[in-house]
This record gives sequence, structure tokens and C-alpha cells, in this order.
Amino acid sequence: MSAVAVAPARPTITTRAMLSFFDSLIVARRNLMQIVRIPAVLVFELVQPVMFVLLFRYVFAGNIANVPPEIVELGGYVVFLMPGIIVQNAIFGATTTAIGIAEDLKSGLVDRFRSLPMARSAMLAGRATSDLIKNFILLLVVIGIGYLVGFSFKNGFVNALAMIVLVMAVSFAFSWVMAAIALSVKKLEAVQAAAFTGIFPLVFMSSALVPIAGMDGWVQAIARNNPISHWANLARYFAVGEYSQMGGTPTELIILSSVWILVLLVIFMPLSIRLYSKLT
Amino acid sequence: MVDTIIRADAITKSFGDVRAVKGVDLAVEPGTVFGLLGPNGAGKTTTIRILTTLLEPDGGSATVAGFDVVRDAEQLRPVIGLAGQFAAVDENLTGLENLEMVGRLYHLPRAEARRRAEKVLERFDLAEAAHRTAKTYSGGMRRRLDVGASLVGQPKVLFMDEPTTGLDPRSRLVLWELIRDLQKEGTTLLLCTQYLEEADQLCDRIAVIDLGTVIAEGTSEDLKDKIGGEVLELHVDAEHLGRAVETLRGLGSGEPTQDEDTRLIRVPVGSEGPMVLLETVRRLDDAGIPIEDIALHRPTLDDVFLSLTGHAAEMALEEAEEPEPQPEKRKRRRDR
Ligand SMILES: Nc1ncnc2c1ncn2[C@@H]1O[C@H](COP(=O)(O)OP(=O)(O)O)[C@@H](O)[C@H]1O
Ligand SMILES: [Mg+2]
Repeated sequence: MSAVAVAPARPTITTRAMLSFFDSLIVARRNLMQIVRIPAVLVFELVQPVMFVLLFRYVFAGNIANVPPEIVELGGYVVFLMPGIIVQNAIFGATTTAIGIAEDLKSGLVDRFRSLPMARSAMLAGRATSDLIKNFILLLVVIGIGYLVGFSFKNGFVNALAMIVLVMAVSFAFSWVMAAIALSVKKLEAVQAAAFTGIFPLVFMSSALVPIAGMDGWVQAIARNNPISHWANLARYFAVGEYSQMGGTPTELIILSSVWILVLLVIFMPLSIRLYSKLT
Repeated sequence: MVDTIIRADAITKSFGDVRAVKGVDLAVEPGTVFGLLGPNGAGKTTTIRILTTLLEPDGGSATVAGFDVVRDAEQLRPVIGLAGQFAAVDENLTGLENLEMVGRLYHLPRAEARRRAEKVLERFDLAEAAHRTAKTYSGGMRRRLDVGASLVGQPKVLFMDEPTTGLDPRSRLVLWELIRDLQKEGTTLLLCTQYLEEADQLCDRIAVIDLGTVIAEGTSEDLKDKIGGEVLELHVDAEHLGRAVETLRGLGSGEPTQDEDTRLIRVPVGSEGPMVLLETVRRLDDAGIPIEDIALHRPTLDDVFLSLTGHAAEMALEEAEEPEPQPEKRKRRRDR
């Protein structure tokens, strides 16, 4: 064998971490260019949350029982609804991670990325990051719409910020769940179906949109232990302060919410990266 | 021992029941263009994906530029380029942005990535379109951009998977010219193609691959020699066909054959081509039979394919291109 290979020095752990961080930013930037080039995509994504807000606010609001009295006093069902819609939207917003990855798989761009000397995690981390930024923009718009239909933050600026951080963390964690789904299912249509059919029942069987108290007995059991309920309850606390049916003290809710987010990240980040490395 | 820059030893890969690659051996010398020629479904893409670290082989081993494609994948990636079967460009980025991104992902400094991107665009005749999104590009432009992206890292070894499939004749010629230039600059190329002519035109050596195995390997001349020498082909008008064949009997290295429909007469001539040609013209002239056209034919790679696989390349192609190949038929072919 006479072909001599001059192996470049293996990069150290820190340079590797730096490189994968920069690689992710390059990928994230590339993904965000899509929004710059086709802003209509963002508008379409807004249709759904806005529709939800308007339908629940103007069709369901008067028919929804069990709204905690503190919240009724602060402005009624819409005050209950908005933090939940915002959590729901963070989760729905993460489905674009699955769709984006499925599209890149289909177009062959994933093959290109995988043949380049970039970090194996960067394509996914870049997608999760760009979707986080996109979801942040959506979040601001949805909050704005909330203000138009009678919602407002009642628990101070810091808590309002805390709500935003919580919601973004949920969105980021779900992006990795969605990445794993996309890398397993691969086909665009199947990815969309899998993402939505999985998420819809989960969101509805939680305290995101309506109080748990009026649900059927067995659904209540699911809803009380559904992480989406913890996140919605905590988001609602950050938005309006303490209320009855909160499902725990603020501290308990913070711990439960954080643990669930960490669990999702610890399972789905390595899983997605592994699936990506082993793609066929 | 001769230098090899790409070496594959008995690599295999299955997808479920489908044995896509069943023990492929390859040895490619540096600075050459090596062709992987075979019909759709032969296992070309799978082989390329193994060699470019996208897929781990089930068995066997391979090295590229001295790096093992599994163990040393990380060190290998900086020195190879891949232009995959489908033009992998981001439609929402401009040509320039696409190439800059790839450059940055090779960890080039921003200015250098830009410089190389511009150079590649220039070279591929895309400078005019540099600031348009790739969505607005024609198929040929997209393909050129994709090949350009595989060059940004200035790879030692370049892999191209059917670079001209689906291109118009002009774009195809442009790409062929490029491939020749790259070779002159010292790049080693491994090229997959379904087109016999393409392999014939571009490749120093060719491996014919069918149903996951290499069934022949050599220069295009070697492959042609395998199925014997030249053939004399001539056309006469219908009324003289029978008499012409009689007149030519005994000439050349075998019996002449005739085709009533096309009025084509073929005479195998071994290595005596020019002599037989002269004699044919003389005899037909003496017999008063006008010749419409006459030519000596070297066997084409089509002939090679037919004699190696027992089925014509184009036939295999059509079969494989059916939207839903009948699973049973496919399986039988594969398990052969
Ligand atoms: N990712 C994959 N999953 C399942 N089957 C595959 C995959 N890639 C290729 N195959 C199958 O392997 C065989 C060889 O395919 P391929 O290598 O793409 O051939 P070629 O590039 O010569 O057309 C085909 O039967 C194809 O259907
Ligand atoms: Mg192929």
C-alpha cells in the first residue's frame, strides 16, 4: 500500500465543541434564509394559532365551565386560554423541525451535509436553533394578538420573561422529539401525519386549553400527569400569578416542568444524532 | 505494486432482503477517471455512498486516499467531494450562498470561502446567476451548481453519481469538458453512469456492475476486445439483399447476417477489416449491386453489456425504470 495518508492532528475536545457550535450556526442561518426569501411561510404558520385563539376566545369562551375564580376576575377565559395556547403553539411550532429535516432528506441535502467534514450534530442542532428563533417570532405575534382580544400579563415583567423562557425551552425540546420522528419515518407526508396525530390528543388532554376539572374521569388522570399540563400551569402562573387548580406550588411546577424538558432532551438529542449518523 | 487511491475489498450491503451490493472490489489509480457502469438498481449509488462515508458496509472494507471509510471517516471527509444522484442545492439560497455555505462547512475562513465560491461560479459559467436563488435555475444550472459545491473543498477524490442523467445534450457536453479538465488538474474521479457512451468518452477504466457485483473491469478497449473484433456493416436496397449476401459468403471471419427490415448486412471481420472492406466493394461492384453505405464498426459498449449480462443495458434500464417493479421479478433477478 503506497498511498500515504497524512492524518491531520485530531482536534481537541474544545476545538471540536467550538467547531460543531459554529457549524450549527451556519446551518441555522441557512434555514432562516428560507423565512427571509419566502416570508409567506411564516404567515401560513400564523394562521393556525390565530385561528385557535379566535375560535376559543369567541366560540368556546362562554361555554367553558370551571375557569378558576381568580382568573375570571382577571378577565375571564381568555386569560386562562392564552398561556395554554402559547404552550400549544410552541409544540406545534416544533413540528417544522420534522418537516424541514424530511425535506432535506428528500432533496439530497442531508447526503451533502453528511459527506462534509462538519459535526454530525450540527445539521440537527442548526435546525433546532433556527426553529427556536422562528418560534420566538411566532410567540411574540401570538402574544400581541392575545393583547388584542383581552389578554395581558398580570404578574410582572420578570415573570412574563420567565414564561417566554419556559415556552422556548419546551419548543426546543420538542424540536429534538420531532427530529427523531423525521429521521425514523423519513417520508414527508408520513412525518406530517405522525407529528400531528401524536400531538393533537396530547395537547387536548392537558390543561392547556380548558380546565382539567370538567374532563371525564380517566382523561383527568392522563391530563394531571401530562407534562403539557405542567408547562401550561406554570406558564399561566408566570403570566397571571397564583390561581386555584394550579396543580402544585410554583416551585413544584418549576421542578416538574424542568425535569420533563430535561428528560426529553436527554432522550431525544442523542437518539436523533445517532439516527442521523446511521441513516441509510 | 501500483498506487491505488480508492480500494474496495469485497464490500457488501443489504437493505432488508435486498442485497444491493454483493462483494464489490475496486482499485483506482490516482489521477484517473474511473467509471462505474451499470443499469438502474445495479448498486452504483450504494457503492458510492459507502465510499463517501454515508453508509457503513455490512462486510468487506474500503479505503479512500489511505483512510478507511469506516474507521477514519472523520479524516476522510475533508479530502473528498460528492456530487450525489440528485442535485443537492438549497433552492432558497443564491448560487453564491450555496457555495459559501459549503465552504464554511469545510471550515474555511469566510473570505476564503467567498473567494472559492466565486471562482467555482466563474468556472461553471454561473457567475451571471450568482445572486439569483437556485429555485430559478434550470436543471443543467442546478446540476452544475451541485458539482461546483463538491469542488469547493478542493477534493483529492471526487465522486459523481450520474452527473449527466436528465441533462440536455449541451449541458452534458459542458460537464464532460469539466470532468476532463479536473482530471488534467490531477483530481481522481469516480463516476457512476448508466450511459455506455459516457463511460467510453470519459473513463480511463470502467467497472461494469450488475445486480450488485462487478462483472467486468478494464479499459473500454479491453472490454470491447472481450467480445471479439470488428464488424463490417452495409446497406443495399431490398431487391439485391439476397444476392449481396451470397456474393459476400466466405469473406471475413464468419458468416454474413442480414436483416430484411433494415436491409442491413453484417460481416464479422476479425482484424482483417480494411482488406475485407476493399474486397466487398470490389465484389459488389462486379455484381452490379449498388451500395447505399458501408462502414467498419468497432463493437460498442452496448455489445459488451449484452454479451456480459445476457441482457441489453437499455432493456435492463427500462425494466428498472418502471414505477413499481414487480417485486417477484425483481427478487428473482437479484438472487441469481
Ligand atoms: N436506502 C435504501 N433502502 C432500501 N433499499 C435501497 C436503498 N438504497 C438502495 N436500495 C436498493 O438497492 C438496490 C441498488 O440500488 P442503487 O445502489 O441505488 O442502484 P443504482 O445506483 O445502480 O441505480 C436497489 O434495488 C435499490 O432499490
Ligand atoms: Mg443510483
